[in-house]
Amino acid sequence: MLLPAIVYVVALVGVPFLLAFYYAVGDVKVGSTDYHFVGLANFSSVLESPAFRRALRNSIVFTVCSQLLVLVCGNVLALVLKDAFRGRRLIRFLVILPWVAPVSVGSIGWKWILDSLYSVINWVLVRLHLVNEFSPPMWLGEPTLAMISVILVHTWHVLPFATVILLAGWTAIPRDIPEACAVDGAGYFRTLFQVTLPMLLPIINVALLFGIVFTFTDMTVIYILTRGGPYDTTQVLPSLAFFTGVLGSDLAEGAAISIFLLPLLVLVAWRMLRTARRAEVG
Amino acid sequence: MAIVQTRALTKVFRQGQPGAVVGVDLESREGEFLVLLGPSGSGKTTLLRMIAGLEEPTSGDILIGGVLVNDLTPRERRIAMVFQSYALYPHLTVLGNIVFPLKAQRMPRAEREKKAGWAADLLGIGHLLARRPRELSGGERQRVALARAIVREPSVFLLDEPLSNLDAKLRASAREELEQFQRRVATTMIYVTHDQVEAMAMGDRVVVMNQGLVRQIGTPAEVYDDPADTFVATFLGSPPMNLVESDEAVVGFRPEHFLPVGFASGAGPTVKLSFRLGHEEYLGSERILYGRLEGGRFDGRKAVSRQPASYRERLTPDAAAPFEVAEKHLKFFDRAAGTRRAPAPLS
Repeated sequence: MLLPAIVYVVALVGVPFLLAFYYAVGDVKVGSTDYHFVGLANFSSVLESPAFRRALRNSIVFTVCSQLLVLVCGNVLALVLKDAFRGRRLIRFLVILPWVAPVSVGSIGWKWILDSLYSVINWVLVRLHLVNEFSPPMWLGEPTLAMISVILVHTWHVLPFATVILLAGWTAIPRDIPEACAVDGAGYFRTLFQVTLPMLLPIINVALLFGIVFTFTDMTVIYILTRGGPYDTTQVLPSLAFFTGVLGSDLAEGAAISIFLLPLLVLVAWRMLRTARRAEVG
Repeated sequence: MAIVQTRALTKVFRQGQPGAVVGVDLESREGEFLVLLGPSGSGKTTLLRMIAGLEEPTSGDILIGGVLVNDLTPRERRIAMVFQSYALYPHLTVLGNIVFPLKAQRMPRAEREKKAGWAADLLGIGHLLARRPRELSGGERQRVALARAIVREPSVFLLDEPLSNLDAKLRASAREELEQFQRRVATTMIYVTHDQVEAMAMGDRVVVMNQGLVRQIGTPAEVYDDPADTFVATFLGSPPMNLVESDEAVVGFRPEHFLPVGFASGAGPTVKLSFRLGHEEYLGSERILYGRLEGGRFDGRKAVSRQPASYRERLTPDAAAPFEVAEKHLKFFDRAAGTRRAPAPLS
């Protein structure tokens, strides 16, 4: 019964995973069948590369900023959707939409929304006289704005998933608890920060861990919006590995870059297993 | 401690629907243990929550200690509430739970720890302060909930079925602890339950409710021996009061007053009834006999008799036997309204 799952994991996950290690310690190139063992040469070359260090820093910034946004906005949305109101079903549908739409389709839409010439955002800002018509913001063309744009678009994409998880947590809090806080004399913020958020920590933990994995390993939004530019300022580890290994034909170096994702992913996987085990034991 | 009063208190959740609480007038006494008793949906919990400030009344007034509190928050009303689930904060220790209301009052640390120690000693939970709620038994959780309530020195305690989550054995000891606690702190306590045994055992007075209305307020003896209507008569007592219809009224008599002729001597004039036994239940200390009345105006009506197990004479099933009820134990109710009325002749 487990065989299909085992075959799937081994064939589509295990084999490429081991292949990455194999390539990383060799001199594999696209179009060549030669293989020579080079030890850690690829790794030292990658570590010395300014592009790699920049990509690592960008990955951390991209992940931390988008996850912070997701946590805050996800909790706000979950709070709004927790209680019944007219039109809640429609709002829930709209909230879920970014997640169910293919990420590439959504990203292409955002590419047009943020385009330097045809941006509808700039059109509105110009009409409101908030920006100069002849020097509007280059959302994907200026380094800082480009990083902000990719963070926001990625957040838009993963927010529904986090919201659903957090909503499950919010609705699981018994009604008695905030009422007990009210009787005990706690105001809104004391109740939120000293009672409800601590009670939500396990579920926030789950949402965060999933979010970190999805964000740190994702390159779709960046690939479509900026291709890692301008001047590698939005390049992250997965996109750098792709550009180096596939488009740049240097499979060995690309594999070495992608292996640097591993320490964080192992840490996240360990945390998730611990959380799951604690939930079981509890 | 304070007197709690409600005046024509009403709560309607949805327009057009019957009210959950309808025109309730209530006045507690100083330091009394007042029980709100009724089946599910009777409005007792809604009434309690309105007194607590957790539900807004549709109309009517609530006064605590003579002060109108309709617009006051739960904190401002100086009430403490123990919920059915106890609502302990699961991520805080027992000490953390107890000091939480004091932190909300911005009490200095030394003072709140002193107060928490006092409350913990009062309830015998000093050895549990470092534990978390999930590590406690049901009875211990109840005591922590009470400690968290008492530490605020409220003027009124409100308890919403705090024993209903405990198993039967623990419930009896927890009930005793609660009674002792109330006597010790001598604070007005309003207690909601659907369990008539709890109500009768603990209450100084019982407020019997049904469908949002107060049916009767009285001491346990008053509501049991002198029920105001057929609902109170049948809700209290297990098995419930026998109700049989005559031409003019509904006649009620308790199973323990319906005995074979000669068993209850010195009860005064009696009414003789013939009883045909259907089946009986032996409960150790007593027997419950189910059957039907035979002959006369009550022919065919179901009736129940409750006898101590020490009565040796056993009835034969499906055979009629002479029974009697003392006239002083007969209660008469209006056929249409179900309310108590003057005795009607039974000839």
